[in-house]
Amino acid sequence: MARNAARTFSIKRQPGFATIAMLCFFILYLPIATLVVYAFNEGTSIATWEGLSLRWFASAWQNQQVIDASIRSLQIASVAAVIATACATLAALATTRTAPYRGLTFKYSMLNIPLLVPEIVTAVALLILFSRIKVWTGYSGLGYLITAHAAFCVPFAYLPIRARLENMDLSLERAAADLYATPYKTFRYVTLPLLWPGILAGLMLAFVISLDDVVITEFVKSGGQDTLPTYMLGQLRRVVTPEMNAISTVFLMLSFAIVTVFFFISRTPQKDEP
Amino acid sequence: MSVSPAEVSETLRRKDIRDRWFLSAPALVLIGVASAGPLLIVVLYSFLAPGSYGDVKWAFSTDGWFNVFFSRDIFDDTVSLAEAHFSIFWRSTRVALATTVLCLILGFPTAYFIATRPPHNRSIWLFVITIPFWTNMLIRAFAIQEVIRTEGLVNTLLIKLGIISAPIQMLFTDFAILLGMTYVHLPLMVLPLYASLEKLDFRLVEAAYDLYASRLNVLTKVIVPLVKPGLIAGSILVFIPALSSYVIPRVLGGGKNLMIGNLIELQFGQGRNWPLGAALSVTLVAIVLVALLFYVRNVGKTGGGAHG
Repeated sequence: MARNAARTFSIKRQPGFATIAMLCFFILYLPIATLVVYAFNEGTSIATWEGLSLRWFASAWQNQQVIDASIRSLQIASVAAVIATACATLAALATTRTAPYRGLTFKYSMLNIPLLVPEIVTAVALLILFSRIKVWTGYSGLGYLITAHAAFCVPFAYLPIRARLENMDLSLERAAADLYATPYKTFRYVTLPLLWPGILAGLMLAFVISLDDVVITEFVKSGGQDTLPTYMLGQLRRVVTPEMNAISTVFLMLSFAIVTVFFFISRTPQKDEP
Repeated sequence: MSVSPAEVSETLRRKDIRDRWFLSAPALVLIGVASAGPLLIVVLYSFLAPGSYGDVKWAFSTDGWFNVFFSRDIFDDTVSLAEAHFSIFWRSTRVALATTVLCLILGFPTAYFIATRPPHNRSIWLFVITIPFWTNMLIRAFAIQEVIRTEGLVNTLLIKLGIISAPIQMLFTDFAILLGMTYVHLPLMVLPLYASLEKLDFRLVEAAYDLYASRLNVLTKVIVPLVKPGLIAGSILVFIPALSSYVIPRVLGGGKNLMIGNLIELQFGQGRNWPLGAALSVTLVAIVLVALLFYVRNVGKTGGGAHG
């Protein structure tokens, strides 16, 4: 018996830790699950359950404001994500696989600034800058929101691309150069195909981050430029119907799908490069 | 006119560095224009005079900064400390610290649990932790509202079980803010802790048990000191966004329980005092910088692996 007990003594076990971990997972998913369940509620209340129904999804689908805000969100997120990822890819090429050089630390700091500065401060700063530019130029389109989103998405797009690049050694590119490939051809036919999963992962992160933004958008947007998150923020002040749950559920599913794809893309390199 | 190999390699190196500046230029310009640059404008604005209808007058003034710390009575011009600002700053710091501690209490066991799973399962557990992090913060705040509102899940459940007879007011309280902040920031604590715990050498733990250490001793005297960089990194990663959060106090605090972020917004909205708002923003950035310096001094040297 004693020997048996000694064998089951695990040095890794800490009493209660697994319970707290399970509690954490439970806490993380309970509110989201509640939100999703009540999106299918028949009644107008978000508190009492009155039967299964899709009426709130239908009602959200017919709400022109929601449709407009969703389209605007998707427009901004796709353009901003493409710009941010393009910039981040070039920046990653410029800051990896090199001996330290003057200005490298400066580049790292610049690339991290959007992560370090509190969002509310960036929002206020852009409000000041853009309100002035609006007066000077008279332009008040989506360009401001796209610029702002692209800037704060750069660090998120940069991280997976840089990680991918650091796992690629220069030997293939050197081989291509030895075989008289021009720098452009080397990049196009060697570097880019190898880097592609990282770029795709960066693009997805940037897209999700842009889609989720509330604070900066709330300050930068002109009248009638609500994105889905700022529309929802405005609605939360009023009496909320399960329509909000329905919108949130669709939004959650979209983020969830993108993040899942991201997860599988960024997992592949570990498999084929042991 | 022969060129020595050293000169050739030096020329190539220069060209390489020049190319690297060209490549990084778009990102640097974009961030310069829409992130770093505007910060300098905020500093500038904090030294201007407020305009009558928002914005500023182009005149040098230290009123913005003066108003961060002091308030002047509009009737008799007596100057007193701006207690409202101090109390909001102190409140925000307290809430951010409490959030950090709660995240630590919940996040450490969770990270430990994940790090002690079989290797091929760990990434799935991490994925499960990070999904909520990538979903919209506003939706998560709204989800918390659903759970704790007067007729929400928790109150309904407690009443049905007969534990309470009338619903408890939880929404729009400090409790709601704390709950929401912990909920939103928990993944930021788990990830760096996991990164440290994953590298933990369990032979050291085994050695401690061989020397008759109790489980508690192993935890506090072996494991915790070894993962200190992760503990500090996680705490900073939670503390900074918690201190400057805006959405959570607005949605869950119901506009009564202000934090620094909401105070700043107020100056640009109803307050119409942009220089004061700018000065408050600079103060917030300064606090964040101090926290980051603390991080660099404590983790940057010992746990530099994260950057390499």
